Order: sequence, then C-alpha cells, then structure tokens
Amino acid sequence: MQFLSFLISGLSLGSVYALIALGYTMVYGIAKMLNFAHGDVIMVGAYLIYVVSTMQGLPIWVGILASVVGCTVLGMVIERLAYKPLRGAQSLAVLITAIGVSYFLQNAALLIFGSSPKSFTSVINKKPISLFDGALVISWEAILTMIVSILIMVALTVFINKSKQGKAMRAVSEDRDAAQLMGINVNRTITLTFAIGSALAAVAGMLLCSSYPTLTPYTGAMPGIKAFTAAVFGGIGSIPGAMLGGVLIGIIQMLANGYISTQLSDAIVFAVLIIVLLVKPTGLLGKKINEKV
Amino acid sequence: MNEKAIKLLGGKRPKDKNSWITVSIVVVLFAVIEIIKGTGHISNLLSGLLVPICMYITLAVSLNLVVGILGELSLGHAGFMCVGAYSSALFSLVTKDAIPMTWLRLILAFLIGGLFAAVFGLLIGIPVLRLKGDYLAIVTLAFGEIIKNLVTILHLGVDKNGIHFSTESIAALHLEEDGTVLIKGALGITGVPKSSTFEIGFIIVMITLLVSLNLINSAKGRAIMAIRDNRIAAESVGINITTYKLFVFSLSAFFAGLAGVLYSHNLATLTANTNNFGYNMSISILLLVVLGGVGSIRGSVIAAIILTALPELLRGLSDYRMLIYSILLIVIMLFNASPKLVALRERFSIKKMLKRKKEAQKEVRADG
Repeated sequence: MQFLSFLISGLSLGSVYALIALGYTMVYGIAKMLNFAHGDVIMVGAYLIYVVSTMQGLPIWVGILASVVGCTVLGMVIERLAYKPLRGAQSLAVLITAIGVSYFLQNAALLIFGSSPKSFTSVINKKPISLFDGALVISWEAILTMIVSILIMVALTVFINKSKQGKAMRAVSEDRDAAQLMGINVNRTITLTFAIGSALAAVAGMLLCSSYPTLTPYTGAMPGIKAFTAAVFGGIGSIPGAMLGGVLIGIIQMLANGYISTQLSDAIVFAVLIIVLLVKPTGLLGKKINEKV
Repeated sequence: MNEKAIKLLGGKRPKDKNSWITVSIVVVLFAVIEIIKGTGHISNLLSGLLVPICMYITLAVSLNLVVGILGELSLGHAGFMCVGAYSSALFSLVTKDAIPMTWLRLILAFLIGGLFAAVFGLLIGIPVLRLKGDYLAIVTLAFGEIIKNLVTILHLGVDKNGIHFSTESIAALHLEEDGTVLIKGALGITGVPKSSTFEIGFIIVMITLLVSLNLINSAKGRAIMAIRDNRIAAESVGINITTYKLFVFSLSAFFAGLAGVLYSHNLATLTANTNNFGYNMSISILLLVVLGGVGSIRGSVIAAIILTALPELLRGLSDYRMLIYSILLIVIMLFNASPKLVALRERFSIKKMLKRKKEAQKEVRADG
C-alpha cells in the first residue's frame, strides 16, 4: 500500500516534470537551444494565478486563464527580444543569454513580490480520497495533475502529428533550411513553439504549486533542472521521450524519497540519469546520430 | 603520444606573445594593488574582494581549458571546487596543531585539495568519453549536484576508536566523550584556519595561468585543440582522444580544486549550498568563460576581475542590483554574439576602415 502511495505521488510529480520537459524538448528540437529560462516561466505562471485569484479574489478560472495567456505572451516576448537576434550565433552564446533571462525573471519577481514565500491556494478544494480504511490517501491535486497532463499530452501529440502547423514544426526540427525552402515560415514556427512551451509551463506551474503550495521567486529553478534532466533522460528533442523521462524521474524521486532518504533523493535521481546515459548515450528514446567524416 | 603527427599537422610553434601579455597584465595588476595596499589606501570592500577575484580567475581559466580548449561543455565545475574545498579544509582542521608552520600546511592543503579534485575529474572524465554536447553537459551537472548533495549530509567525527561517519546526524556517529566532530552535515566544517591571502591567491593564479598557457602553446595543446576542431580527423592522425580528454578534465579539476582550497581557507564556516558549490556556481563560472571569450585565457582573466567586482560596484543600486546585472548580461551577449550586430560593428570599426582605406590606396597606386 505504501508502495502504491509513493507510486501515485511519483506519477503526479512526474507528469508535472513531463509537461515542463515538453517545453524544453520542443524548443530544443526546433531552435536547437537549451532554454534555461523555461523553469522560471513556471514561477511567473504561478505568481500570475496568485495575483489574480488569491490577491484580487477573482474566480480561479480567471486566474488560470490569465496565467496561461500571460506566460504564452511572455514566452513569445522573450523569444523575440532575447533569442531571435541570436539566431545563427554560437550555441553557448544563446545558452548564456537564456541564463541571463532566467536571472532577470527571478530578480524581477524578487523585486515585485519579495523573498518571503507566498502560500499558494490550491486550484482544487476537495478533501483527499481515502481508500482501504485510510491506508491509501490520494489527493485530488494528484488526480487532477495526472488527468490534465494526459489530456495535454494527447492533444499535443495529435497537434504535432496531424495539424499543418505541427507538420511545419517537425519539418523545421528536421532541417531548418530545407523547411524554409519548402515555404515554411521558420520564424513563425519557432515563435509558435515558444508559445506552446510557455503555455505548458503555466499549466505545470499551476499543478506544481497546487501540490506544493510554497511560492518563491526560485520555485521554478529546481523543477526546471529536473525537467531538463527528464528531457535529456528521454532523449532531448523527442516528444514521447520527454513524457517518458518526466514520469520516470518523478517516480524515481518519490520512491527514493520514501524508501531510501529524503535528503538523498536528488542525488539518486541524478545517479540514475548518469547510469542510463552511460548505457544509452542519447537518452531512452533519442535518435542515434551517425557521424559522417 | 604522436608528436610527429602533430608537428606535421600544426607546423611551427605559434608565437607566445599573447601569453606574455596576459601574464604581464596579471603581474602589473598585482603590483598596483600591492602598492595601494602598502600605502593604506585600500577600501574594506576592495580588500574583501581580492581573494574571491583570485579564486574566480583560477576557476574561469580552468573551466576555459575544458570549454574553450577541449570544446566540451561542463556544467558541474563547482563540484570539483567543492571536493577541493572540503578535502583541504578537513586536512587543515586535523593538522592545525600537528603542523605549526602555516606555509607548509597550506602547501600540503593545496596539494591535497587539487589532487582530490583531480581524481574526481578523472572519474567524471570516464563517462565523458561516451557522451557529447548537451548530454555531457547534463552529466557534469548531475555529478556536480551529487557531490554537493553528498557533502551536505556527510557527518564525520574522530575519537580514540578511530574515524566515524554517518549520513544522518551527529548523534548517529556514536562518538566517545573525547571525540570531536569534524564535518557537521549541512552545518559544514567550522574552525578552518583563515590562511588565504591575496598573495597566496596571486601565486595560485600565476601557477594556473602559466601551466594553462604553456599547455595551449605546446604540442599537447595543439593536439587537444585538434580534437576540439575535428575529432575524427584528429583520431585518424593518431591522436589518442581518450588520454587527452581525461588529461584535460583532471587538470581542469585540479585547478578548480586549488580555487576551492583558496575559498575554504577564506571562511570561518564552510558549508555547501546551491550558490557556492551547486549549479548556480557552475553557471557563474561558465558566464565568466563565455563573456571573456571561449578559448581566450586573457578574456577569462579580465571577465573574472570585472564580473566579480561588478555586483559589488553596483551595490549602491541596492535592490535593483541583480536585475541590472541580468539585463547587462543579456545586452552584452546580444551585442557580442548577434550576427547582425557583429556585422554592423565590423562596418563601423575604425581598424577595418583604416585597412580598407589602405587597400583602396594600394589599388589606386597599382592602377597608376
């Protein structure tokens, strides 16, 4: 029973990681950059819900809407101002700029909201389900997280595989120049990718802070790194890989937390990652790239 | 080692003029600061920054060996620094009474810190051989986090029965009454002698600089850069990639370990957190390397000096300090690396204009 409870909390945390990792992996696949500011978009999304629903007292759905729209716009603005001028530059330069954006978001939040943690009101207000005479307690947040994540993943998979824009995204990630020659608007496709990734981050922020309700300017940093780990774990650039990686990382973390040690759970997650990468150097579902001379 | 092949490939030894400029900059700066210090005109703020600046120069130069010379991205450099800091701090704490000569203890501490870090570099270098690019970056990040995580839960104590260690608490060490606790988990190590000075920092910086510059200008260095530029071509002329990668990784870790020793002997209490040994620190070091110019040792030195001093100089802006710092960072990166801006700068660069003018004159003369 204990195992089941750890498994469920792991699945729930893992689906949040998967949502964040999707943003990482899509941006990586299309723009070939590691968007280190992605984790901080989660934090911005959570603060937006906090401001609209908790501070202003508007209904929760208004807060969620504001957060998703706000993050989508934020993602597009970041892309336009910071990353677009660097298209074609060294990847390290883009990486550092992304870190600069991440610092900027954290410090802007620090100035506006201060460093003291805000307590986030869960978007769902129901008592947890108790099964087997209380031996197994499942929170509604965990259920909501899993349902929302599955819905989003299905929708995203359909979008990528069936729609015209999705096809354009796949084409750009395959070969940017060839896609441009075929008449695909590469810049618009990249902006769209950032918009989708940031919207997912807003949802992830809402779900994460509903389960773990302390909100600080650094809330997004660690989940961001974990999700980045998850994206690499699954094979960066691969969408099913990000989902699988996220869920696995979440489960490993929760099991390690429950059975081994709370303090060591991060180290264990990273150790598993290293072992997996040693066996499969391009992640679980990553493409093997053959080198040409 | 295939010196012949490298000679065939690389040709003549490049001139060392650049290296001398770098070294002289550091020496002159050192002399100037020593003079200011001697006349007593140094502010408290600046004197507190001197050792950290030396530490950051060492870190930036050592990471530049991996990122710029070997061409691999590492996000876990702070982990090596952590190993160096903890091992040397432990050593100094234990031998505080046994070795009364500060200089001898410090030399030994530096050796121990550096060597321990180098061993870790070697351990991490082994998976490096199988991974490339972003996968390598995440593995180094993971190693760095693991090291930090393990250090924060480590408890170590010693009594007449020997050494005890535990991952839980001080009580779990089961020490005898006369025992002493050396490492207190998240509370770290206290009582390390504060023996880092600016002069020692300068010596460490000079050692790092001279070794790195010598390496880059040597046949070995050219072999390493050949790996960076084209791995397969380098391999096919007989350069042993495994050996060189491991060599660079452990050398870089050794220097990071030295920086760690400098750090730990500059503090009253040594603890590990995200900002000093975690991911944030690794990123800060990478920032120095990239802003200074990947592969440019002099750039790393200058960036380390400016960027360490910058947040302190911006202190007057109080709350807005880090915000402005982050905006500056983005703007500098855009200005430096954006293809359009680079082209614009080249159009208006005075050097290029003069060159163009000269060429035009030459053409006129040739026509005439």
